[in-house]
Amino acid sequence: MIRSLHRWPGLIAALLLVLLSLSGAALSVFPAIQAVGAPAQTEPALTVADLASRIRAVYPGVEQIHRAPSGRITAFWFNAGTPGGAVIDPATGQGVGSADVPAVQRWLTTLHRSLFLDDAGRIAAAFGAAAMLLLSLTGAALVVRHTGGWRHMLTRLKGPLAGRLHVKIARIAVPGLALSSVTALWMTASTFGLLPDGAGPPPFPAVSGRSGYELAQMQALQDTQVSALRYLTFPYPDDLTDAFTLKTDAGEGFVDQGTGMLVAWNDFSVWDQVTETIYMLHTGRGAAVLGLILGLMALGVPVMASTGTLLWLAGRRSRPRLHDNASAGHADTILLVGSEGGSTWGFAATLHATLTAAGASVHTAPMSSFAPARYHRASRIVVLAATYGNGTAPASAKGFLDKLAALPALPVPLAVLGFGDRSFPAFCGFAKDVAAAAAARGWPTLLLLDSVDRQSPQDFTRWGRAFGAKIGVPLELNHQPVTPPTRMLTLISHRDYGVEVQAPTAILRFALPIVPLWRRLTGFGVMRFAAGDLLGIVPEGSPVPRFYSLASATADGFVEVCVSKHPDGLCSGQLLDLQPGQTVRAFVRRNPDFRPKRGHRPVILIGAGTGIGPLAGFVRANRRHRPMHLWFGARHPDSDMLYGDDLAAWAADGRLASLATAFSRTAARSYVQDALRRDSARVAKLVTEGAQVLVCGGRDMAAGVADALADILAPQGLTPARLKAEGRYAEDVY
Amino acid sequence: MKTLLAALAVTTALTMPGMALARPVTLTTTLNAYGGNGAYLAFYVTDAQGAYQGSLWMAGGKSKYYEHLSDWYRATGGNTSEINGITGASVGAGRELSITLDLADALFDAGYVLHVDAAVEDMRNSPSEIAVPLTSAGAGQANPGRRYISSLSYDM
Repeated sequence: MIRSLHRWPGLIAALLLVLLSLSGAALSVFPAIQAVGAPAQTEPALTVADLASRIRAVYPGVEQIHRAPSGRITAFWFNAGTPGGAVIDPATGQGVGSADVPAVQRWLTTLHRSLFLDDAGRIAAAFGAAAMLLLSLTGAALVVRHTGGWRHMLTRLKGPLAGRLHVKIARIAVPGLALSSVTALWMTASTFGLLPDGAGPPPFPAVSGRSGYELAQMQALQDTQVSALRYLTFPYPDDLTDAFTLKTDAGEGFVDQGTGMLVAWNDFSVWDQVTETIYMLHTGRGAAVLGLILGLMALGVPVMASTGTLLWLAGRRSRPRLHDNASAGHADTILLVGSEGGSTWGFAATLHATLTAAGASVHTAPMSSFAPARYHRASRIVVLAATYGNGTAPASAKGFLDKLAALPALPVPLAVLGFGDRSFPAFCGFAKDVAAAAAARGWPTLLLLDSVDRQSPQDFTRWGRAFGAKIGVPLELNHQPVTPPTRMLTLISHRDYGVEVQAPTAILRFALPIVPLWRRLTGFGVMRFAAGDLLGIVPEGSPVPRFYSLASATADGFVEVCVSKHPDGLCSGQLLDLQPGQTVRAFVRRNPDFRPKRGHRPVILIGAGTGIGPLAGFVRANRRHRPMHLWFGARHPDSDMLYGDDLAAWAADGRLASLATAFSRTAARSYVQDALRRDSARVAKLVTEGAQVLVCGGRDMAAGVADALADILAPQGLTPARLKAEGRYAEDVY
Repeated sequence: MKTLLAALAVTTALTMPGMALARPVTLTTTLNAYGGNGAYLAFYVTDAQGAYQGSLWMAGGKSKYYEHLSDWYRATGGNTSEINGITGASVGAGRELSITLDLADALFDAGYVLHVDAAVEDMRNSPSEIAVPLTSAGAGQANPGRRYISSLSYDM
């Protein structure tokens, strides 16, 4: 609900908001220019009487004197039939510059408040402001929900760049944007007369009918300091029934030209004060620094509009469409999805559609938006959970276990279905954790924990029948795995290794798919990736993609992965047999947590076997020569030393600061974790200097590395877990 | 005075035909290219002593800005019932405003004065930008304003 309230107004209003924020940011500069450019008032206690007589001495026909909140004083006069006006130096009464508002500022103002469409434009701009306010509030609510509470609002962000940028900018800009939109709405309401009127001037009083009282001696003007002045209007020449009109920051009234006394006065009402404050807060007139700050914050809007749109597009691509997704409060079946790459969403969509067709009212949502307080009519909850890495929660399930632990047991029965790959030790580890945590809370079980191995449609159908039998609805789940749109990649070269040590391995290099010019210009259909992202390859004879860590970035101009032969491996066998000129079907999946963070801190790269791939990619891209240290484990230096020549070249040109190797099929029989222990002093020093650790390779090797690092870092009081929490330790494990 | 007020009331129903004591008068106002936003203009009539008699037209729809038409505002206290039904849009710089209304014969050659107050956002107020006596002889003549109005003429 909150998400839709954020998404749709955001997408619809994006262009309008970009226009309003850019014009607003440009306008924010003018009050500062005015405040800096206006001649300063050097006498703090200068009275209006003195100022007015100085100005009249220079401009005898003076009619009006204005003081802007910035302190700039302007006078308008009428001399010998011609009107004139100037910015005044209060010390001399002399004009020092034009009183006209710059044409650019006027143009921008009209654009900003009415889009050159008069009242229709004002209403449109007000809708923009309302949308901005709604986006600020719903955005804040989403960040709170996503991070798990107000106190965590400023935690480190994970995920793709667009999302992080969106939230990072929002954290800074939202207070300013909310302020600017509230004040904008207030000003529009005031313009359209929807707010109570201010006190206004008092009724015109009876006057003495005399004239010619000395200006400098007028009591009312002597009692008013220039710093409080808004404007002073002079009586018409020779009109004895007229009077001075005086407006200050406290109210307005009339001054008798024959006596110099105040003869009528109205104090400002509270409404006047509020309206003036709001006006100042919105325009920065009288608060130039605040204006500049708000202007800077407004510059975040174009970035947030584009990143927001990108996020929406990315989300649309990675998730199947769900038809008839019931609201959380009305659904009888709640489907919670924990998915890392998106394939589990495909299963969820099939289950959603089949249940809906069978008459159920289904609400499907990511596990991270688990909100049991809203499930008023739910009679069952189904959790479809994939497992990420070593049994940790997948991206769309962040925070689920914490929320669960903080809740009393739910009376609604629960079924958990795990998705994973049986060849990994942590098979369905996260799903098991969820089931165990729910059981520990005393949550009733609808169906025992079951699993789907390697996206098997048969497993899923079997589970569906069992689930249907439990809820009394015959369910026949017919799932066709959906793969993201793939491109044909043509092999350019393969470098073969490891045949001598019975571990055939190859570095495969593919050409970037050729993209027509118009697509390159519009940015659609271009494969964008960095080393560390994943290449999903769909082998012949199976719809399920296999993932390989990319060893190159788009900028390198080719797609490179390292592949080793798995016994009976369908995909690896096909890849190793591939000849230059032949093609595979592939797509890119982002893996933004596994790459060197920005900055100049050292990077510790640890890999074994084909795990060298992304690490080599990081080194290849290290053109700024930040210190990158590689620990690499292979079997034999003469057989499977992947990237051997490249590593030597990169060490020579400064991209690689140091290289340590460990070989398991030589006399030394050493593994990469042994090499780490050997260099423990150096490793510990790098980590205390703030180094980031990136580990890539097999599961056993990663566990060995974590153990070795735990031992090495213990004297410093550091652990791999702590580094992970700080975002300085990332693994890409297979 | 009663006749005048009656005639002014007629201006709110410009189509009323055959009014013996009134005739259609066209006010044509051309603005200078003063380089600013649209001008608010208040058209009203005073007697020879300057006492307010009634309003003819208000160009500009937002009452919160009327206080800048200072003479009109002072005379009426900003009372918008004075201009009910005789309000139009503000007039852009360099544009022409033409309004036709039924004015009482008694207004002409009797010392009554047609005033126009003008105000533009971020620019000086111009109360009684124009003050021109209503005379039969003066019909069709262009009267210059002080700052915003290039010329005003009334045609019978």
